[in-house]
Amino acid sequence: MPTDTSLTAAAGTTTLIEAKSVCKTYATGDTAGRLVLDHIDFALKEGEIVAILGKSGSGKSTFLRVLAGLTVPSAGGVTYRGHAVDGPAEGIAMVFQTFALFPWLTVLGNVELGLEAQGVPRGERRERAVKAIDLIGLDGFESAYPKELSGGMRQRVGFARALVVNPDVLLLDEPFSALDVLTAETLCGDILDLWLEHRVPTKGIILVSHNIEEAVLLADRIIIFGSDPGCIRAELPVSLPRPRSQTSPAFRRIVDEVYALLTTRTGSAASPRGGRTETIGLGYRLPDASIQQLVGLLEALAQPPYEGRADLPKLAESEHLSTEQLVLLVETLQLLGFAQAGGGDIEVLPPGREFAAADLLRRKQIFADSLRRTVPLAAHIRHVLDERPGHSAPEGRFLAELEDYLNEEEAAKVLETVINWGRYAELFAYDYDSGVLSLENP
Amino acid sequence: MAQRWGLPIVAWPSRLRPSFWDMVALPLVIGAIMLFAWSSQQMNVPFHPGETLKISLDPSHLPEYALRTVMRMAVALAASLVFSIGYAAAAAKSKRAEKLLIPVLDILQSVPILGFLSITVTGFIALFPGRLLGYECAAIFAIFTSQAWNMTFSLYQSFIAVPRDLREAARMYHLSPWHGFWQLEMPFALPNLVWNMMMSVSGGWFFVVASEAITVNGDSVLLPGIGSYISVAIDNRDLHAVGYAIIAMLVLILIYDQLLFRPLLAWVQRFKVEEISSDEIEPPWFLVMLQRARLFHGLAWLLDLSARMSSRFIQKMPRLPERAPRRAVRPAILDRLWTTVLVIGAAIAFIKVLAFIHAEVGWAETGHVVVLGAITLLRVIVLIVLAALLWVPVGVWIGLRPRLARHVQPVIQFLAAFPANLFFPIAVFAIVKYQLNDEIWLSPLMILGTQWYILFNVIAGTLSLPTDYQLVAGNLGVKRWLWWKRLVLPGIFPAFVTGAVTASGGSWNASIVAEVVKWGPTTLHATGIGAYIADQTEQGDFPRIALGITVLCLYVLLFNRLLWRRLYQLAEERLRLD
Repeated sequence: MPTDTSLTAAAGTTTLIEAKSVCKTYATGDTAGRLVLDHIDFALKEGEIVAILGKSGSGKSTFLRVLAGLTVPSAGGVTYRGHAVDGPAEGIAMVFQTFALFPWLTVLGNVELGLEAQGVPRGERRERAVKAIDLIGLDGFESAYPKELSGGMRQRVGFARALVVNPDVLLLDEPFSALDVLTAETLCGDILDLWLEHRVPTKGIILVSHNIEEAVLLADRIIIFGSDPGCIRAELPVSLPRPRSQTSPAFRRIVDEVYALLTTRTGSAASPRGGRTETIGLGYRLPDASIQQLVGLLEALAQPPYEGRADLPKLAESEHLSTEQLVLLVETLQLLGFAQAGGGDIEVLPPGREFAAADLLRRKQIFADSLRRTVPLAAHIRHVLDERPGHSAPEGRFLAELEDYLNEEEAAKVLETVINWGRYAELFAYDYDSGVLSLENP
Repeated sequence: MAQRWGLPIVAWPSRLRPSFWDMVALPLVIGAIMLFAWSSQQMNVPFHPGETLKISLDPSHLPEYALRTVMRMAVALAASLVFSIGYAAAAAKSKRAEKLLIPVLDILQSVPILGFLSITVTGFIALFPGRLLGYECAAIFAIFTSQAWNMTFSLYQSFIAVPRDLREAARMYHLSPWHGFWQLEMPFALPNLVWNMMMSVSGGWFFVVASEAITVNGDSVLLPGIGSYISVAIDNRDLHAVGYAIIAMLVLILIYDQLLFRPLLAWVQRFKVEEISSDEIEPPWFLVMLQRARLFHGLAWLLDLSARMSSRFIQKMPRLPERAPRRAVRPAILDRLWTTVLVIGAAIAFIKVLAFIHAEVGWAETGHVVVLGAITLLRVIVLIVLAALLWVPVGVWIGLRPRLARHVQPVIQFLAAFPANLFFPIAVFAIVKYQLNDEIWLSPLMILGTQWYILFNVIAGTLSLPTDYQLVAGNLGVKRWLWWKRLVLPGIFPAFVTGAVTASGGSWNASIVAEVVKWGPTTLHATGIGAYIADQTEQGDFPRIALGITVLCLYVLLFNRLLWRRLYQLAEERLRLD
């Protein structure tokens, strides 16, 4: 495989940012708290772009905030050019998913903000800001307010604000995910050009993303985060020459590989049929997949052209699903024992086939069986309701149990998910007004 | 502070040539400065207890009185602003301060404002002996208490609601806490603050009028102003003078509205974070003048310059090493100690109050006051129900006609701002003339000024009901009572609760002036806790005033906690449209 020698040579020996066994724990009802980052070692070398991929909730954004100095790790430490990071360091700039522009400042005002805080004199400030605005292609919009701009333009302001302080390291927190595909690709390409042509003094970029293609397009190295707790599951060098073509076989191969790494469940990679018997705990963070989408995906998979087996990147494209959505759905299907993913492919298992072929009532039965077998929380709720004399229990009871494993917000989200599934399966009923779970169906 | 969000942002000295608007602006500015100088001088004239300031009923004196009233309002508003910024910032920044400050604020909000006047006035007089300024301060303080708590709550809530990504951006780009406060937190809070200021000033007019006639130990002092003018008019049974006062008040409110709040409201639109502004506001003429007149560009430029100087000065000060908050380091033991101190302090204060009441008043009277409170409570409940029965249908009717609603809304806002106590003499005149029952016919005065909040909110609630719902209801043939029960009432419920909370709070406050009303030598008297407080204030009986206020305060707190807060939660959880 040919490689671009100038770039690999540039990815030299100087370490810009280094994280050493970083851990992060959030407080939960339990005294131990919940571990979201588990002993992460990471280094960003000069001249490289590193992409961090992982499904939502894998702690990748938290990790980026630890590197930025916005969040203090519970254990371990971060150094930037050899100095310990204990707050936002000068030389590190960040671009946010939500743009985080100040709505009351004009484009110029937003871009000048960081310089103003550094105490750069007014004249120089203006000059540098105008230059950054030109660089990012926003000339003519200096006096516009963010409200007047489209999403893509706003994120350009976000980049200009970051670049104007001449950052040594640029941290990108899903910068393109709030934009439509076309806008995202254009902006992404423009940023890559600036970097490749050395028109910015930035020495290293870390990109957090859930878009696989974007990561493969940009990065020299991809880090894949596993979840519960967040850890580095795999690392993948991308040594394709630039400019990279998204349709080239080599590019597709890497995309497939990343899909495989993202959708393969931990520990089950070795045994292809292991997914069904593998058990999860009571406090497992259930993916909040919508029933409608699950049903839709299973139906699509059962029909031609897939006939029960599909290549994940192709599936995402033909079913108009984002990587994030697809990964979530695939995880849920695997969890319920309806499908099995491996090597970037998905295969529908017998219960899944039966489900797709069944009518509405039969589907609910299959779903209920599967839920009781594979999701301990659902089984537990049903069990409690069966045992209780009145066949009902307040949700608070289960929330309290979940809060031993999860924080308040996540516990509520998991309970909401299981209630949704349980209602569909008619495994139990839930009354919103009183917050009571019961076996009666109105 | 004005540097980024000062008026016109790009203000270059070269662009400072006069424009047409300067012709209007210049006299206005000079006039305002002179008026300010004159009236602050008037506030500080020598004065000794027992003297009386002559209030003339000649309408030619009204502009002067009106000006004095406006000055009090302006000073109180400025003081409220400063107070609320400091208090809210402290509560939002420090967890420990928050523990004490927020409950205290919550209670302060339910203390009847007019009760403050009689208690604080002696202190202020002692502060400026031999000067009128002490009395002025007491009156201003009463207005301040009607505005500050609201504004503080609004600010505090905005401060803690600043989006996380904006906070992170501010930290990432190394804004100092001071810089960040003015660049991020204040601008973010501004739209809500201005809206709240406007509402507070609306409520404030009522107290301006009520607080200008101050009673100290049986002596009454009339501070020159519209409120005193009307109380002299009442003593002289002069209906014409009452009419003049009403007209003067009307003009005052219009001026505040046009010169201060319309421009401010339009201007703060830019600080809103949401993407879509629901209704485009046409720039009010005064804002246009501010933005076009070169004079103001010059002023803005000066402000900007001074802000830059000061921020440079602050930057030169030794910077604290910036660091992320370390949760683990905060010793839990100190937190617990602080909580203990607060609890013990509260317990001691509670025991002191009980002992004081026991020694000074006795339990029998306390029981009597509680009964009086219950009577007033009954009045408030009946009035809110009646007002709801009247204004909900009217509000829905108007709300279903958006074009009409657009014209009606400003009028109602204006009615809410108008101090209802100016109309009391007219009501009393009618009660005396037709020999009506005091107990019943004085009651409506309590809600006279605050009922408009119900109407206003019901209209707004109806307006925000999606048209789709109405179409669906029409399509399914949902009519009459079913239409109200399934569509309109649930739809406007959150808005109605908001309006009713405001109306009930206002009624409690108004009970102090509405349950005892005079017309010349005639005094009408209704039974209730408001009348009790008013009577004791007249006699200057401090312990009994304190008792009355405490009991009233407890009633308001319990009423809010047990009724309104629950309804509010219900509305929030189940009936929010979004």
